[in-house]
Amino acid sequence: MLCVQAMHWCGSGRGAIARHMGQSEPVAQPRAFYDAAQPERLGRARADFTLGLSRWRLAWRLAWLDIRNRYRGSVLGPFWLTLSTGVMLGGLGVLYSTLFQLSLREYLPHLAVSLVFWTLISTLIIDATSSLTSAEAVIRQMQLPYTVHALRGVMRNAIVAAHNLPLILVVFLLCGWVPGPEAALALVGLLILGVNAFAATLFLGMLCARFRDIGPIVGSVMQLAFFMTPVLWKPELLGEWQVFMPLNPFYALLETVRGPLVEGGGPWLAWVAALAYTAVHVGVAIAFFVRFRGRVAFWV
Amino acid sequence: MARIEAIGLTLEFPFYHVGSRSLKKRLLGGARLHTDASNRVVVSALSDMSFRIGKGERVGLVGPNGAGKTSLLRTLAGVYEPAAGSLLVEGEIGTLIDVSAGMDAESSGRENVMLRGLYRGLSEAECTALAEQVAEFAELGDFIDMPLRTYSAGMGVRLSFAMATAMQPEVLLMDEWFLAGDAAFMQRAEQRLTRLVGGADILVLATHDMAMVRRWCTRVLRVEGGRIMADGPPEDVLAGMGL
Repeated sequence: MLCVQAMHWCGSGRGAIARHMGQSEPVAQPRAFYDAAQPERLGRARADFTLGLSRWRLAWRLAWLDIRNRYRGSVLGPFWLTLSTGVMLGGLGVLYSTLFQLSLREYLPHLAVSLVFWTLISTLIIDATSSLTSAEAVIRQMQLPYTVHALRGVMRNAIVAAHNLPLILVVFLLCGWVPGPEAALALVGLLILGVNAFAATLFLGMLCARFRDIGPIVGSVMQLAFFMTPVLWKPELLGEWQVFMPLNPFYALLETVRGPLVEGGGPWLAWVAALAYTAVHVGVAIAFFVRFRGRVAFWV
Repeated sequence: MARIEAIGLTLEFPFYHVGSRSLKKRLLGGARLHTDASNRVVVSALSDMSFRIGKGERVGLVGPNGAGKTSLLRTLAGVYEPAAGSLLVEGEIGTLIDVSAGMDAESSGRENVMLRGLYRGLSEAECTALAEQVAEFAELGDFIDMPLRTYSAGMGVRLSFAMATAMQPEVLLMDEWFLAGDAAFMQRAEQRLTRLVGGADILVLATHDMAMVRRWCTRVLRVEGGRIMADGPPEDVLAGMGL
């Protein structure tokens, strides 16, 4: 039979390097055992997860490499995104505050927070569709936890989004908006967002490795979702239809960050919905990961 | 104690893009293709392989292209999960299968070594030490701090060779790969490879080069169509192949 600690394939080179450098560090012998009759999927998935998280340094470095390569040779680098979001904020702010007949002062803080976090959600989800297929060479060369690739995607998008955060601050200052103490709840919202981001990157990464048509579908869905979600518009504008808003998971998630920052906390129903969606989302992602983790190397 | 034990090891590659039934039927005429329990078309990369490799053995995998040599190496490395059978690998695994995987062309040589160290799970300090060691062996001079895309082909090979061999695993899984570079480096590369192979408890080497097999292996597995056709000392197996 097999013992749980030793079950995962140990790809660590620690002992080898230590030996090679002439240090006499006693290293427990790694042992990898796999029996197709007893795949032990849950244990392997758990080992993948914990080992993947412990390799956050690798994911972090890869995330920065991705950003550096994407903006190689550009003067502003990721700040191009800040600039374009800023220009968009200015343009859309003037246009839509006029269309909705709201004063710029009350509309702009809403738009700033919405746009910054919508950009994060949407690029993260579109990125997620290629989180594993883009790492194909590495997946087929060495035994590395798949969660490292998911972590890389989440970190990359978080870093890019961080470049946009100053915009929110600038808009708040310009409009003289000071959020109350409930703004601290936004941290909880960020945590919820992070958990969903990780689950989505892993789940969509696997799903899109297996079914190559899902990537383009996700792109179209996100475009539709942009208009269906109160990013440009405010939920109040829906009038009595507003009660249906929590049916939109993107609304619920966005609200956990936007509510605390600009709406004095956000409706409690949105929070409940966000937590419920997160639970379902994470549950589905875990179930899928546990069941199909072993197939990923064949899919990519 | 390093060892590898495979019992009834079977690996199946699913074909996901075979849609039409007629195409399915036509493909299924081949011996290695069949449908599995969930009605997918699969190719048997490895079928029912059983072998045991103990400490000190240097095993050469020989066989024609598509015989399953690299698939077997990857399965031993833990990349692919077998469809049936069991596999036990004791000892630290080092793979030299596709050394360029995971390298970043925009990063400098040194950064790539650090990255490789992180892939292997080393700490920051160990990575730095590794980078020093690789820089020295690869003899890249100032180029070690230049982006990889500025390297000549030979320099690239030198770096990946130095990087891949800067370890001493107990179980070394090696795919045939080519040594390029100037003569002086070739000689050093040879020495290093000899040391690496000598230091490992188990070597599994997939190759077409029989001279390499004769020189380094104590045992040969001849693989064909995903099955073990012969297993024994190099001279016996190679003689059986008419070599």
